[in-house]
Formats: sequence, C-alpha cells, structure tokens
Amino acid sequence: MSTVDPVVLPLVSAEQRKQARSVGFTLVVLGIVAAFVLGNRPGDAGFKLVDSYIFVIPAQPFARMLAVVLIALGAAQLLKGFGKWTNVVLSIAAATFVVSFLAWAASGGSFSLTGMLQDTVTRSVPIILGAIAGILCERSGIINIAIEGQLLGSAFAGAVAGSLLGPWVGIIAAIAMGVGLSAILAVFSIRYRVDQVIVGFAINFFALGLTSFLAARVLTDHPDYNILAPFRPIALPLLSDIPVIGVVLFTQTLFVYFAYVAVAVATWSLYHTKWGLRTRAIGEYPKAAGTLGVDVIKLRYRNVLIAGAVAGVGGAWWPIGMVGRFDQNITNGRGFIALAAVIFGRWHPVGALSAALVFGLAEAMQLKMSNLDTGIPSEFLLMAPYLVTLVVVAGFVGRSRGPKAAGQAYDAQ
Amino acid sequence: MQLELRGITKRFPGVIANDNVNLTLKTGEVLCLIGENGAGKSTLMNVLYGMYKAEEGQILLDGSPVVFTSPADAIAAGIGMVHQHFMLVPVFTVAENVVLGVEPTGRFGSLDIDKAREMVREVSDRYNLNLDPDAIIEELPVGVQQRVEIVKVLLRDAKVVVFDEPTAVLTPKEIIEFFEIVKTLIAAGRGVVFITHKLKEALNVADRIAVLRRGQVVGEVDPKSATESQIAEMMVGRPVQLIVDKKPHAPGEVVLEVKDLSIVDADGRTMVDHVSFTVRAGEVVGIAGVQGNGQTELVDALTGLRHSTRGRVELDGQDITSASPRERHSKGIAHVPEDRQRQGLVGGLSVAENLVLTRYHDEEFSNGIVMDWPAAHRVAESLITEYDIRTPSADIEASTLSGGNQQKVIVARELSRPLRLSIAAQPTRGVDVGSIEYIHSRIIKERDTGTAVLIVSTELDEVMALSDRLLVMYRGKIVADLDPKATSAMDVGLYMAGSRPASAVNA
Repeated sequence: MSTVDPVVLPLVSAEQRKQARSVGFTLVVLGIVAAFVLGNRPGDAGFKLVDSYIFVIPAQPFARMLAVVLIALGAAQLLKGFGKWTNVVLSIAAATFVVSFLAWAASGGSFSLTGMLQDTVTRSVPIILGAIAGILCERSGIINIAIEGQLLGSAFAGAVAGSLLGPWVGIIAAIAMGVGLSAILAVFSIRYRVDQVIVGFAINFFALGLTSFLAARVLTDHPDYNILAPFRPIALPLLSDIPVIGVVLFTQTLFVYFAYVAVAVATWSLYHTKWGLRTRAIGEYPKAAGTLGVDVIKLRYRNVLIAGAVAGVGGAWWPIGMVGRFDQNITNGRGFIALAAVIFGRWHPVGALSAALVFGLAEAMQLKMSNLDTGIPSEFLLMAPYLVTLVVVAGFVGRSRGPKAAGQAYDAQ
Repeated sequence: MQLELRGITKRFPGVIANDNVNLTLKTGEVLCLIGENGAGKSTLMNVLYGMYKAEEGQILLDGSPVVFTSPADAIAAGIGMVHQHFMLVPVFTVAENVVLGVEPTGRFGSLDIDKAREMVREVSDRYNLNLDPDAIIEELPVGVQQRVEIVKVLLRDAKVVVFDEPTAVLTPKEIIEFFEIVKTLIAAGRGVVFITHKLKEALNVADRIAVLRRGQVVGEVDPKSATESQIAEMMVGRPVQLIVDKKPHAPGEVVLEVKDLSIVDADGRTMVDHVSFTVRAGEVVGIAGVQGNGQTELVDALTGLRHSTRGRVELDGQDITSASPRERHSKGIAHVPEDRQRQGLVGGLSVAENLVLTRYHDEEFSNGIVMDWPAAHRVAESLITEYDIRTPSADIEASTLSGGNQQKVIVARELSRPLRLSIAAQPTRGVDVGSIEYIHSRIIKERDTGTAVLIVSTELDEVMALSDRLLVMYRGKIVADLDPKATSAMDVGLYMAGSRPASAVNA
C-alpha cells in the first residue's frame, strides 16, 4: 500500500482562533480609547521620580501616537497574528496605555510616580500572601476559596490582640486565626470529603458575619480594643539608597519584606525540596504518591495549615501594617483577588507575585486618581481593581491549567 | 523469599470480592493470576499491597504472619506493584517520579536531583531498560511509561513484582519487549505475579497459572499441559466458543464516506490528521491502534459529539458533517461508546430507562409531554430477554449491573432498530469472556443484515477476528489498509507502533 501525503496545512483550533481575535479587538479598542479619551486633554504631565527630577510627557501627542500604534498592532494581530509573541505585545501595549492614562490624568500638573509605585508594592502584600496561601493549598489538591475569610478573620484577631497586647502578639493571634479557619477547611474537605468550594464559601460567610457582629457590638463599645500603632516603614541600609527602586522596594514595612521572603521560600521549597516534590505530586495525582507510601492525608493537612498561617500574616497587614484598626469587611474582596492572582500566576509563587503587583497597581492608581482632578466619579475609580481582575481572569484563565487533583477528596482505599 | 496468602476474604458492600483465597508466591518464578474482569484479581493484589484491608485471612512472609496497613509496609517487605493505570505524575520527569517517596536529599531537605538521575540511570542500565531520567512522563509512549514503573519498584528493591494487566495498553512489539523484561527479572532472582485475562499470554510466560472465578481460586493449572479452552472454561464456568464464527462477507454500496477529516483539540494538538476511508454495507471495517492515536476523536466526530476542523462525513451520499447526534441517530447510526460509564449509560437511571434513552421522544413512548412508562417497560422487558441481560429487574439502577451486562444494555439499545451504520468503540472492554462471545455474534449478525459496521478497538485479536477490512491508526493518520486474513498480527503490530513490516518496505 502506498499513500501520498497530502499537503499539511498548519491547523489551529477554534478556541485558539477566538482567543487571537479577542486580543486583536482589545488592542483596537484600547487604541480608540487612547485617541478619543486620552487625547482630549492638552498640557504636559510631570512624573516626579526623585525630589530633584521630574520626567515630563506631553499628554496629548503621546496619546495620539499610542492610538496609532495600538490600532496598527490590533490590525496586524487580526490579519496575521503575532503567534507566540502575542502576550508580549499585549503586555507592552497595556503598560504603555497605563502610562498614557496617567499622563492624561496628570496633564497640566505633576505627581509622584515613585510614591505611587511604593504604594503599589505596599498594597500588594495581602494579595501576595493570600495568593501564596492559595498556591500551597491548590498545589496539594485542596481548592481554597476561603482566602478572603482567612484574611478577614486574621485582620480582626490581629487588630484586637494587637491593640490589647502589642503588634507582635497581634500577628501571632492573626496567624492562629488563619490556621484555625484553615483547620475547618482541612477537616471538612479532607476528613469528611465535603465539596471544597462549598466549605470555602461557608468559611467566607462565617468570617464576614462573625467579625461584622463583633465589630458592631464589641469594638464600638470599646474603642480601646481597636486602636494600635501600625508598623513604620524601615529603610534597608544601602539598598534603600538606590534612586527610585530604593524607595519603591526597600523603604517598606516588615510585612513587605516578609512577602518577599515568602515568595522566595515558597518557590524554592516547591521546586527544589522533597516536600515540594511530594506536594506537587499529591496535587496532580495523589494516588501515585499514595502507592509509594507517601501519607497523602497528612501532607494535605499540613500544607493547608501552613497556608492558613501565611494568610494570617496577610490579614494582620490591615491593622498592624497599614491602618491601625479593624473595620467591618476591611478586606473588601482582596482574598478573591488573591485567588485570581493564583490562577493568573499559573499556580507559581513568582507568577502570583507579578499578578498581585498588577492588582496592587490598579489600587494605587485608583488612590492617586482620586487626588488628581480627573472628572472620573470616585465610585468608578473604586471599581478599578475589580475591573482589572475581571478582565485578567476572563482573558487568561481559560489558558492556564491548574493542579489536576485540586478539588478531589482523596480516598486511600 | 516466599509469600503466602491464607484464607483471604475481602468484602465490599453487596459483593464478596475475595472468598477464602489461598495462594503462594515465590521468587524465581512467574505466577499468572487469570480470571475475568470482576473475578477479584486486582482486589486480591491490592490486599497484598496494603491498599485494602482484608476482613479475614492472613499474609505470611517466609512463614511468619505480617500485617500491611499501607503500601509503605508492603514496599518495606519487598513487594512491588505495577498498577494497571500507571501511578505516574504526568507533568513530572522520569527521575522525579521514580524517587517520589524515597527522595535523595541534600542540605535543608533540598532535593538532590542529580543523585536521582544517577539512581534511575543505574537501575535502567542494569536491567537494560533504556530510560532518559529527564524525559517528561506525559510525552512518553505507554510502553516506556511502564518501564518507568518497573524502575520504580526495582529501586525499592522489590523481591516480588506484581503486574496488574500489564499488556492491556501495549502494542504487540512492546508486549514482546515486556516479556523480555520479565525474563530478566526472573533471571535476577526476583518473583513476578502477572495478572491478566488473556489466555495466550498466560500460557506464554507463566510457570504456574492460578484461575480465579467470582472471588475464589477455582484451580491451578500447569501451562505446559493446559489448553486455552480448558482455562477459559475454568474462568467462565462453562464451555466457551473462543473463535468468532462468521461467513465470508458480501460488501454492498458505500454507506459511510469520510473525506479528508482533521480534528485539532482545544490545546492545538492535531488528533486526527487528514483521514479518508469508506465503509460499505454488509462489511465490518476495523480500526486498530494503540490508545490515544486519534480513534476516540474520530469516533466522536462520526457520531456528532465533536466538531471536526476540516473535511467531510457522508452517510449514503448525504453530508452529515455538522449534523447533531440526534439527527445522526435518526438516520440510522448506532453508537456503542468506548466509555460505557461516562457516555453509554446513565448509571443512576434504571435498566429500563437506559434501554429507551435514545428513543424516549418517539411517539411510541411519549405524547410530547408525558412519558408512557408501561410502553417503555414492555420494550425493555423484551430487550432484556432477547439480549440475555442478567438483571434482577428492569427497575434497578444500571450501575449495579456487571460490566458485561451493562455493555449488553448498550448493545441492546443501539442495535435493536433498523440501522445503516453501526459504530462500536471498544465493544468488549472490561467484559467477561461469555459476554464477549455474545456481543461478537450480535455484531456479525448486524453485518449479515446489510449494516455497515465500524469497530474501533485497541485489542488487536478482537479487530483481527471481527473485521473484513482493517485500518491502522497511528498519530492521527491511517497508516495501513489491510486484509486481516492475509496479514499477521505481528505486521499489524508494527503498523500500530508507527513502523512498517519488512515485506511492506520493499513493496
């Protein structure tokens, strides 16, 4: 038998084509926004980097130039496609768009870019730590949507214990609360095999209800239970002297430095230790580990509890690292944003860090915008971080694949 | 080392999986455990491996009783197990999979991956297994994955290695290589337990054969003197017809025509690659191939469960490329899916409900709003009788039936109406020998009434026996169109592995 090989055309699936098309449309839409919205304000925008240097961008010409480039890139993507460079093109385009947006907002004046970036890093902390908690759980095969509840519960515990007994005790109390809420997740999903999403949901409502009740009933009557002096930023010797970067990265509170260490330790442990190998194995295919004598149940318990401790520190950030008190629902959905960062960061601590910084930037920009007179209603600005989450999750989640066994109870039999 | 199972009884709710089983395993020999699916072979080995706890009986290691509460205990006692579904983490490398649980470590619990590579290389070289420690599991052929499993047990110094249905997923060439490895293991003084339901293989490699039926050891036979039909009779409990009895076929007009069909999956991989073929009335066309070479996707496209990326499918000259599954069904296409639990049956519905599942909307059973259950029951009862479905009642949940009887429910539902084309994927997977005999005879009967039949199976013996024409699929392409009567199983096996037999290379 002999066959003639037909001409082989490169085939792409319908999903891939759809995705490529939506990237193209996004670019074109950004270009149109740049042309008609960002291009309507004359005047130069000053970005203050250090006290003595202000970087100036002429807002209107910059926006118009950007508009042309974005529409051209969008057209190129729709017609031909950038293939594996698509995400790079999209990221650079998005970053430039953000710069143009800031120039539009600040046109005719100036603001401290360094300050905004410093704020970005500060505000990423609970998202980074929440995301690491999420990664530790999901890599072990337990879906943790209770990050929000863990952050909120620990913020409350940290505020009360911190006010009465000092910030360090506050942090310990927050960790204990995080571990306690994790223990509920662990026992119900590992021991009793309840659907993990439902347990997580219940924990979130439990934490919200309990802390709101206690805040309204107890803290309003005893204001001294809810006031403490938060940590001050510590300038690291030498490192903090680097221009711009020194302020952004190395003049921060202990919480920020803890987050750096947490990302580094989590990355190294997951990929370069025995514990990491076993953890990834029980998240992908627990039976393979189980038949080799690894105690899947015990390791899952341990990792979920460690995750609770990390989330606990993240929760303590509000009272002890930032505002010095607890308010009802102070976390305001940061735990869910952390969950989005887990997925956007592809279940990798460094990826989650990058994602958390994007969300932190959205938050810092929102704060900055409300100080500048832009004419955008403040309610709309408050939506920004969530809007970014929505766009990112809708645009990228379809593409990443998480640990296979996440969400499935393990049965040793 | 000698391992003795004495009086092992293991019950699951409603079933006795092992009933007072006695068995002795020794190093230096191959013990073959043969029995139908559901006879209790895997359960017995899981008891031995510490995965299940037996209600009664004990395990004796060199004469003294031992208790295995987890696989770790069994591993420590020198027992290794290669499971039917490989216990490998698909995204890990070979080395990572092999050392999982016995990781070599450096400072601060860091993983010494160089040492792990070294360990894999050492065992792989000693037993001639030829493994790359850095290869990612999901990118390896199944035969190589099996060698990774073997390295895993050898690295843990297993004295007795249990293989659960090791040949089910292998190509004929890989099976031969596998038997070579088994010989090497025996020569190195280890013992092998080989679980199978394939008679030929048991007779080929075993030093002793123990036959299991309904949880009990019904006897031990000597492979040197036993015959296939003798063992089959012990397995089933009655004489069995092992050869498919069929008349020469009389192909008629073209019923199914597939033209240049390609399918790309969601991850962008080309699963079916420019496939064209025809199936004529009164002819059985078989598609052989190792699991995962595009057969599943091809069947999905032919039955309307998946969109094709390009190409055309025609039934009796009519384009049905984008017809829905129900439209295809009403045009006379039957589909026996490869995964009966997920696609063929609704386990929680009754046998009767499953039997009318494709026809509930017919006038016969409903007036558009309300089902006519008495009518459905009458039809179900007659199908249960006609197809010899062994069920206590038409009203019990389909999931409680044995694999063979579940398959008969599907076959009864799909074949009990006038058909143009019948598509059956893995029609006898996990089905007992007795039911295989029956399902094969139904398929041939269908062919003889003038239906076009397409059989997709990874069981080479099955497609060779049933088909009038045999196609081989490899990496999404049809690589051979053969006459099964004029071709040897060995040659088909070579096509399945992506190479060509010497006779075809010169031609």
